[in-house]
Amino acid sequence: MDKKEQGQFGRRKVMKQSNGNYIRSTAKFSWYLKKPKYIPYMLRELSSLFVGVFCCFLVWGLYQLSQGEVVFNQWLNVLWNKLFWLNIVIFLFVFYHSYSWFMVTPKAMPIKFKGKRIPGWVIIAAHMIMWIVCSIVIFALFIYGA
Amino acid sequence: MSHINKNNYKASHKPIIWSLFAAGGTVTALLLSALILLIALAVPMGFISADMFHYDRIQQLLSNPLVRLVVFGIIFLSLWHAAHRMRCTMHDFGIRADGLVAVVFYGLALIMSIVLAIALI
Repeated sequence: MDKKEQGQFGRRKVMKQSNGNYIRSTAKFSWYLKKPKYIPYMLRELSSLFVGVFCCFLVWGLYQLSQGEVVFNQWLNVLWNKLFWLNIVIFLFVFYHSYSWFMVTPKAMPIKFKGKRIPGWVIIAAHMIMWIVCSIVIFALFIYGA
Repeated sequence: MSHINKNNYKASHKPIIWSLFAAGGTVTALLLSALILLIALAVPMGFISADMFHYDRIQQLLSNPLVRLVVFGIIFLSLWHAAHRMRCTMHDFGIRADGLVAVVFYGLALIMSIVLAIALI
């Protein structure tokens, strides 16, 4: 084990195996607090919890809708009043999910056009524009659809 | 890769889970922020009138089978995206009982999908 590696991994236990691989002990439950750049990663992954929770709200609402007007209005009341601040947090996390999802699209699906790689910012910008268009379409369909 | 032959090759479930995850992530990224703003925040914040969410109006919107199918597709894909990502996030949080975690999150997504289908039929 050379000095550089010792420095990089600090006081952590490092074991060298016979095949040349290293086994390093890691802080299993709190490793993402060690470096600031791990925090956005964890927030991004954690956004899925809020996506899941909001989907459950929607499933619950559609179920209430199938059960009649009174229970549907009860659901709206809970969603708009009791859960308002939770919905704000959910919105922020889902917004961050969208942003981070589109920022990695050049890596997730690099596109070639006439043999040349399309620059990453073009792919990101195209997705962001799609995001805005989809949002406007949803509002328009809801408001003018019925 | 000569060591992969008929005898030791096993079909993986990963492509199915992964395609649901990727499709769900994209659908969620494109649509869910606007849906939260519309359904949960627009009325309490005063952007639109509560009359827009009148029971009869929502029933009328969802009376179209195509609309119901699209609503089902959006929520279904988002649910499975969230379930798969939560399974990976549990590993990141140091919970190594992956089998149990997978059963819990995929199970929840399955139950929610069934309730959703029943509600929309």
